[in-house]
Amino acid sequence: MMSKEKMTSMQRVLTTLEHKEPDRVPLFLLLTTHGAKELGLSIKDYFSSAANVVEGQLRLLQKYKHDCLLGFFYAPAEIEAWGGEVIYYDDGPPNSGRPFIGSNAEIDRLSPPKIKETPVLQNILAAIRLLHQKSAGKTPVLGVAVSPFSVPVMQMGFDAYLDLIYGQPQLFERLMEINEAFCVDWANAQLEAGATAICYFDPVSSPTIIPRDDYLTTGYLVAKRTINRINGPVATHLASGIALPIIDDIVETGSGAVGISASEDLAKIKEACRGKLTIIGNLNGIEMARWNEQETAAAVKAAIAKGAPGGGFILADNHGEIPWQVPGDVLLALSEAVRTHGCYPIDRELDKNE
Amino acid sequence: MASNAESAEKIMLEYKKQGSPLPFVEEVLVKVLDSIGSGWEKGDYALSQVYMSGRICEDLLDKYLPDESEQRKNKPKMSIALLNDYHSLGKKIVYSTLRASGYHLHDYGRVEVEDLVENIMEDQVELVLISVLMFPSALQVKNVVNKLADYGCNVKIAVGGAPFRLDHRLWREVGADAVGYTAADALHIAKSFAGGTE
Repeated sequence: MMSKEKMTSMQRVLTTLEHKEPDRVPLFLLLTTHGAKELGLSIKDYFSSAANVVEGQLRLLQKYKHDCLLGFFYAPAEIEAWGGEVIYYDDGPPNSGRPFIGSNAEIDRLSPPKIKETPVLQNILAAIRLLHQKSAGKTPVLGVAVSPFSVPVMQMGFDAYLDLIYGQPQLFERLMEINEAFCVDWANAQLEAGATAICYFDPVSSPTIIPRDDYLTTGYLVAKRTINRINGPVATHLASGIALPIIDDIVETGSGAVGISASEDLAKIKEACRGKLTIIGNLNGIEMARWNEQETAAAVKAAIAKGAPGGGFILADNHGEIPWQVPGDVLLALSEAVRTHGCYPIDRELDKNE
Repeated sequence: MASNAESAEKIMLEYKKQGSPLPFVEEVLVKVLDSIGSGWEKGDYALSQVYMSGRICEDLLDKYLPDESEQRKNKPKMSIALLNDYHSLGKKIVYSTLRASGYHLHDYGRVEVEDLVENIMEDQVELVLISVLMFPSALQVKNVVNKLADYGCNVKIAVGGAPFRLDHRLWREVGADAVGYTAADALHIAKSFAGGTE
């Protein structure tokens, strides 16, 4: 069979999102801190300027020839916007510090941050604007918004949040109302700045964290209300949590894609998602740190054989962020393996061949 | 949650009519928590259920078997810590599960490498359970192990948390003595280091 005409990254991604087969499997290397390595900066210095992140993303795109530009800095940027603490590390993404909601009584006094008055959010928007300009429509620029249902883990701590969900449903609804207002504004601001799509980062909705029955009365409703008000395409990411039991529910929320766990059977996920939801995943980002060339190729082939036929598949890591510890050689091997084994039509026995 | 807690207390009070709450701990709580913990690993339960069940059992046992009770299991002498991260749910679940199973253990809270080593040396614990969420924090366990070795301390180290669940070789690479993927595993580890038959 003739190979297909070469597409731009944008064409490749849009084609797969339509559940059609592009020229080859799109590859999203969701790299954040690696940009600092490229520029020889500390992680903290790197994220202090939009120009650094833009330069880092462009260099990573050039080096690894993958299919997206990431306008995402780090998850606790949103917490910083709310007035919370961010802790920087030399060898990993910034993390949220002590929760800034110290007691449930504080929820009633909360009001969402104003995007225009928040330097860290303005920095991210500036980076997205520049990335959009540089991409010239050829490469998708991804924005990220932490879901209103998952951000309380950083706002108030996981245990206090679970106590709130199960113990104080009215206050929980109040917090969702505040968080939804911010999430919608934040996602739409990124789209206005030039983001092609929004990754709705929602790990708490995974059945790994909350039973489906409870999800249907909480995170599902929050996602439906929120995604409905976001003015662009949305992909839900469960950040290493399982997705299979709620695939149809995610479709109902209005999301067009889902990031899945490395622990899930990609063939079963493919069956459940076929024609309805594009799969993003599911290479194991932690094991990736010590893969050699053969292991990298084997993981790529296995994922492509199960996930890629028919389109609706973007190869990526399972968590939505590749760890700092993953070496450049592995990323190059990943990119090479996709080029070698990911051209359509896909050999469904790819992972069984030598 | 309130009705589940009430039901659990009724069952416990039935056992307590016979005297000590310990048979209830061994025959009911440990088995229930073990089953829920293992169920999470299999995908039968969600983490929120593991957490809430641990809390209910812990509250119940605190009421009838307080920390200072001589009937609490003091062997092995153990402690638990969250290394570097501020995401403490995993540690809380393990802490609740062990306490609800009658064990006594020190909670060091959120600590960095130096403080953790210092605490371990000072308390002379036999087993320390280290919980992490982020990959760089998991790698920091190696520093804890090395520093303790420098001091000639032979405490046993068990680790748990997302990076170890995703990479089953990682716990050996950082020099831990054991890994727990669920709260149920932590129970088995405590029992085995106490000289049990696990």
